[in-house]
Amino acid sequence: MKAAQSILHTLALPVVLVATWWVVSFDSTNVYFPSLQRILQAFPATWLDGGMESRLVVDGFASVWRLLVGFVVATVIAVALGTLIGLLPRVRAYCEPTLELFRAIPGPVLVPIIGLFAGIGDTMKIIVVLLGCLWPILLNTVEGVRAVDSVMIDTAKSYRLSPRRRIVKLILPAASPQILAGMRQGLSVGIILMVISEMFAATNGLGFTVVQFQRNFALPEMWTGIIVLGLLGLVASVFFQIFESRSLRWYTGMRRAARDA
Amino acid sequence: MLEVTHLQKLYRTAETSFEALRDVHFTVAPGEFVCLVGPSGSGKTTLLKCMAGLMKPTSGTVRVADKAVAGPPEGLALVFQEYGRSLFPWLRIAENVELPLKELKIPGKERGARVAEALAHVGLENSARSYPWQLSGGMQQRVAIARAIAYRPDVLLMDEPFAAVDAQTRADLEDLVREIWRDLKITTLFVTHDIDEAVYLAERVIVLSSTPTIVQREMIIDLPSERDQLSTRALPRFSELRHDLYAEIQKAKTHSALTLTA
Repeated sequence: MKAAQSILHTLALPVVLVATWWVVSFDSTNVYFPSLQRILQAFPATWLDGGMESRLVVDGFASVWRLLVGFVVATVIAVALGTLIGLLPRVRAYCEPTLELFRAIPGPVLVPIIGLFAGIGDTMKIIVVLLGCLWPILLNTVEGVRAVDSVMIDTAKSYRLSPRRRIVKLILPAASPQILAGMRQGLSVGIILMVISEMFAATNGLGFTVVQFQRNFALPEMWTGIIVLGLLGLVASVFFQIFESRSLRWYTGMRRAARDA
Repeated sequence: MLEVTHLQKLYRTAETSFEALRDVHFTVAPGEFVCLVGPSGSGKTTLLKCMAGLMKPTSGTVRVADKAVAGPPEGLALVFQEYGRSLFPWLRIAENVELPLKELKIPGKERGARVAEALAHVGLENSARSYPWQLSGGMQQRVAIARAIAYRPDVLLMDEPFAAVDAQTRADLEDLVREIWRDLKITTLFVTHDIDEAVYLAERVIVLSSTPTIVQREMIIDLPSERDQLSTRALPRFSELRHDLYAEIQKAKTHSALTLTA
């Protein structure tokens, strides 16, 4: 009953929005804003025809692959580097202003530069996604590592835990709520950069497909591409939420206990 | 077992210098239970951190089990006042107790046995799979004590461990600590600011002066070794000792190395 109710609450607004779109656009004659009905009619032929050769599989896979590799590699580098910077005040003092500067550079401006030396293949797109994801994860990791409780650190020291064990059993779990917050930001930046890098110079991928349709004035098809991208973002966010709530079960439990006390 | 020799600690900044410890000198014999009391601001925390190897003294030495302390020593377990910040909330109770044993490279089977035994000792055998935040404050401090005794230390240091729990829990935990000390014969140094607690628990009480700190007095607590919250506290001797210690602490509030050695 509770679950049914929460699903109802989650779906209520999307249903209202889609219905509104449907009704308002129903007799649209505007070439740029075709009716939702026409867009949905164009959807199956555009994305699903061809089975394993369909656009959804081929271009979807190309995009998701670039996003995933960039995001995962960025996470590994950012957590490793962030832990190091967070643990060593000296290094932090040198790095922090520079990191803030790099973070302020908008990711999309990197596309032409990286294109110069990494070409227009997968490598370029992965590097763009990676560099975009890196900063939020890195800075959040540094903050999380810095904020580890001093009594816990003294406990680990007094029981003579080795540096490796201290990092694995204390520093990383303690910083994990912030690391995951950084990863969530990084993921949404990554999706944006994935699309932009594909729009710029590519031969496949979702961003490429959308631009391709636009250039050929296949506007209902272009709109279906935007719907696919929206759904991709939704799926990514759902998967991330599942991952987050599983990793941070202790954290949510602790906060609930503190609130009830 | 625990020897503190002419310990001095100066906190220096560019312009100022603050002398927390002047010349602290005492020993705790193997298997002894000693309480360390002093007025607030008597450098108890500084002294404790120096003994635990978490802070370097300016001069003097600390020896644990005949080895000079430079960094956290082997064979020393520390129980903090802030139990909630000393247990790791992402680990279950048994995992918290087990973690230091992994560092000692004790084989898995024996680790499990030690964890179970330590949890049974503090009455938490049924909470092994819980998380710290699912337990009350008193139970969390029991976990911290279990972690310390599973470690089988030569010296157990406790830093005002019961200052943050309610009175009833506190009495239970005092009896638990006495019982553990009697059963396991661990050399115990218990820091407290509570006079009653010091007299009830200790075989000997060391009174610290105000800063710059020296040992102002040592008092033998000649109460029977079987102690009980009701009958021990009702003994005339208990009141006498409590009275003496109270007077001593009052004196310590105005005494320091400056007035006592002058």
